[in-house]
Amino acid sequence: MEALDLARWQFGITTIYHFLFVPLTIGLSVVVAALQTAWHRTGRVEYLRATRFFGKLFLINFAMGVVTGIVQEFQFGMNWSTYSTFVGDVFGAPLALEALLAFFLESTFIGLWIFGWDKLPKRVHLATIWVAAIGSNLSAYFILAANAWMRHPVGFEVNADTGRAQLTDIGAVLTNPQAWSTYLHVLGASFVVAGLFVVAVSAYRLWRHRDPDSEMFRKTLRAGLLTTVVAGAVVLASGDLQAKLMAQDEPMKLAAAEALWRTEAPTGFSLFAVGDVEGSRNVVNVQVPYVLSFLATGDPGGEVEGIVDLQERFEEQFGPGDYVPNVPVLYWAFRLMMGLGGAAIGVGVVGLWLTRRGRLPRHGWMYGVAMLGLPAALAANIAGWILTEIGRQPWTVVGQLLTAASVSPGVSLGQVAFSLTVFTLLYGALAVVEVRLLWRYVQAGPAHVTPDVEPGARVPAFTY
Amino acid sequence: MDLPTIWFLAIALLWTGYLVLEGFDFGVGMLLPSVGRDEPGRRTMINAIGPVWDGNEVWLITAVGAMFAAFPAWYAATLSGFYLPVLLIVVALVFRGVAFEYRGKIDSPVWRRRWDAAIVGGSLVPAFGWGLVFANMLRGVPLGADGVVRSAELYSPYALLGGLATTALFVLHGALFLGLKADGPVRHRARAAARSAALVAVPVVGGFLAWTVHDRGTGVGAAVAAVVLLLAAVGCAARRREGWAFTATAASVVAVAVVVFGGLYPVLLPSLVDPAYDMTVANAASAPYTLGVLSVIGAVFLPLVVAYQAWSYWVFRRRVHVAAA
Ligand code: HDD
Ligand code: HEM
Ligand code: HEM
Repeated sequence: MEALDLARWQFGITTIYHFLFVPLTIGLSVVVAALQTAWHRTGRVEYLRATRFFGKLFLINFAMGVVTGIVQEFQFGMNWSTYSTFVGDVFGAPLALEALLAFFLESTFIGLWIFGWDKLPKRVHLATIWVAAIGSNLSAYFILAANAWMRHPVGFEVNADTGRAQLTDIGAVLTNPQAWSTYLHVLGASFVVAGLFVVAVSAYRLWRHRDPDSEMFRKTLRAGLLTTVVAGAVVLASGDLQAKLMAQDEPMKLAAAEALWRTEAPTGFSLFAVGDVEGSRNVVNVQVPYVLSFLATGDPGGEVEGIVDLQERFEEQFGPGDYVPNVPVLYWAFRLMMGLGGAAIGVGVVGLWLTRRGRLPRHGWMYGVAMLGLPAALAANIAGWILTEIGRQPWTVVGQLLTAASVSPGVSLGQVAFSLTVFTLLYGALAVVEVRLLWRYVQAGPAHVTPDVEPGARVPAFTY
Repeated sequence: MDLPTIWFLAIALLWTGYLVLEGFDFGVGMLLPSVGRDEPGRRTMINAIGPVWDGNEVWLITAVGAMFAAFPAWYAATLSGFYLPVLLIVVALVFRGVAFEYRGKIDSPVWRRRWDAAIVGGSLVPAFGWGLVFANMLRGVPLGADGVVRSAELYSPYALLGGLATTALFVLHGALFLGLKADGPVRHRARAAARSAALVAVPVVGGFLAWTVHDRGTGVGAAVAAVVLLLAAVGCAARRREGWAFTATAASVVAVAVVVFGGLYPVLLPSLVDPAYDMTVANAASAPYTLGVLSVIGAVFLPLVVAYQAWSYWVFRRRVHVAAA
């Protein structure tokens, strides 16, 4: 056991945790803004109730997104000081952009929104939630551009004297094809999560509580389903793009995710495989012919490189070493992402059909299935990130910096073990609190957070 | 002036903004049990900083992000070298942020008491921790030729005094903020708290600054100004000039920051091993192209940020008072 291993675990745990809240923040901010806009347009109290209700749930989630994000920013310097020194020159600009453009905007305007209900003119108050929502959606671009750079480094050179990467073209970093393709994919996936969150809450209320708000929840149910389906289309289209870029920039990741040991043309998409990693072969492999060639190259007969051949090529290029990431993890992460995520989007499609023209499903289990869409979508997100990040191994910056060379040399095993323990316990406890709170507020329903307001009267502010 | 120096100043400015702004909300947090004796009192205090604390904290995120971008080695050596204090600060900030949002969400005294403890601890630890970290930066760390800090001894009397100084300063700053922003009993109790806080803050801050000036040989003017401003703050508070009192502690925090960053420059992290290994503004800076890009970004967006944050303070300019239910 080395500090390196624990630092990797810590990064994985804290980042995955951060990313449980991020998609909800990104998506729900827009949903809440849209609901409040509907209230302004129509003046109907049910939209106000929906805004306040989902707004509360949004805030409970938002707090966790913020505090777990702070951990991320410090962690680079604490555990990955060599990496930070190497990339800071390039990586810093997008991160600074994120803080200046997005975090300030969000944090300030969320404050204005929470406390400004009865202090700001109605229109200005509506604008504050839109500004916050735009802030979240912007923030994602910069951090993803930084992340994409690690997979496909562009617009830089390595300074021979200092051994550090040096930015030469910020435009190239911000227009990296990997960056905007990832952005579309992640944003789509975030709205799938947020859509299904709205669906799960609405379905639960419709199913369990015959409350006076059932008309409102039928509307939010439909809105959630629609969001899921539209965002789902974006996810699928950009996923195809992601796969093609992966074939270009990180062929080893694709080969490992497909358990494709030897270069083949054409090659099929594996549905189920049992591999023998030591022997570099699959014992069982059920394939759909031509599909992988098409996914990776756009040509059903296209050639896709295999793990063994790539390993040989990389040894020639970078010197001796093991360039194969963890094949079983990647293979199953890829399938979980597509399978669970696809199923989640499927909930959206079927749900829209079942609720067409004022209909509502009669069977209780259907609501249950609708609620399962949310965990499925979250799991798909995590699986996608595991594919992305573990598939990049053994590199932190592809072709430039190895993970093993990225850690802080001055930090001991004991220190990392301590911080890993602290974060794991802290995050575990907070997860329990967060779920408990969300559950309570869902149970309590909209009446709890929206006092009856006379038409035209000022709506009281949320307070702490 | 060359770009690295400009960026050193920009980072100093961001840190100063952070210490001035979050300084008072840390102070409010630490005073929660003594000034907010009952539930309406505590609600008044928390709602007084409610709309702004998160925006204040982003000054930290930006300051640290700017260190990462402009002086990557400084960012890396500081955070990895001060591992334990930084870890504790981050954990405290996590607790604190969640506590503000969650404490009012369940109507139960036990629940609230737990989150109140998180607010107090979550404010105390960073208030002390940043003082400790900056004092260590001034004193120097065992920085090797490879730019790596190994097993730093962080708890010297000087560093502990630094921690105490920021803590006391922020308590006073927070008490004066409450005098300005709260109404009812909280306003009165805050005034009394400010008087007691000043009794500690003036000697401790003065002592720390004197020690620093003695070691570094620079910053006498700013150090004197910092102490005079503290005294002026107490005087204004006694005459019920609450706005001026708060302005004076804010200015005092700025003066302390001037002593600290002025004392560092042109070194970022002095090496105790050999002055030749000092990390300096010149040898740790990112390339000119990056600094140029950052300058454009900063020059365009920072004024915008200041403008809308100022607007937010304007929107919430009225005194806060939560009456007993
Ligand atoms: C609802 C969630 C969801 C769904 C249904 C999908 N994905 Fe995905 N995928 C993600 C959520 C996600 C993600 C968590 O958001 C990732 C992680 C990093 C990223 O860019 O997006 C991801 C990464 C990711 C990557 C790795 C990118 C890289 O490492 O360079 C590829 C190749 C795909 N996806 C491809 C697909 C395809 C072909 C899909 C469908 C047929 C698909 N994804 C459905
Ligand atoms: C967009 C910003 C991101 C950046 C800059 C980033 C960067 C990194 C870095 C520096 C490491 C550690 C070194 C390594 O092991 O390669 C890492 C590993 C990891 N990251 Fe990311 N990451 C990002 C997003 C994410 C997200 C959102 C997730 C999950 C939800 C994630 C999951 C992981 C995992 C699981 C590892 C551990 C892989 C391993 O070491 O085996 N990352 N990432
Ligand atoms: C691993 C690298 C990451 C770092 C260093 C990081 C940093 C941060 C920080 C410092 C915050 C708190 C901001 C505040 O106080 O207001 C935050 C929150 C957030 N992050 Fe991350 N993050 C990372 C990964 C990601 C990814 C991959 C995404 C999106 C795709 C993302 C999107 C967000 C969003 C939407 C928030 C919500 C709240 C807010 O902006 O205030 N982050 N992150």
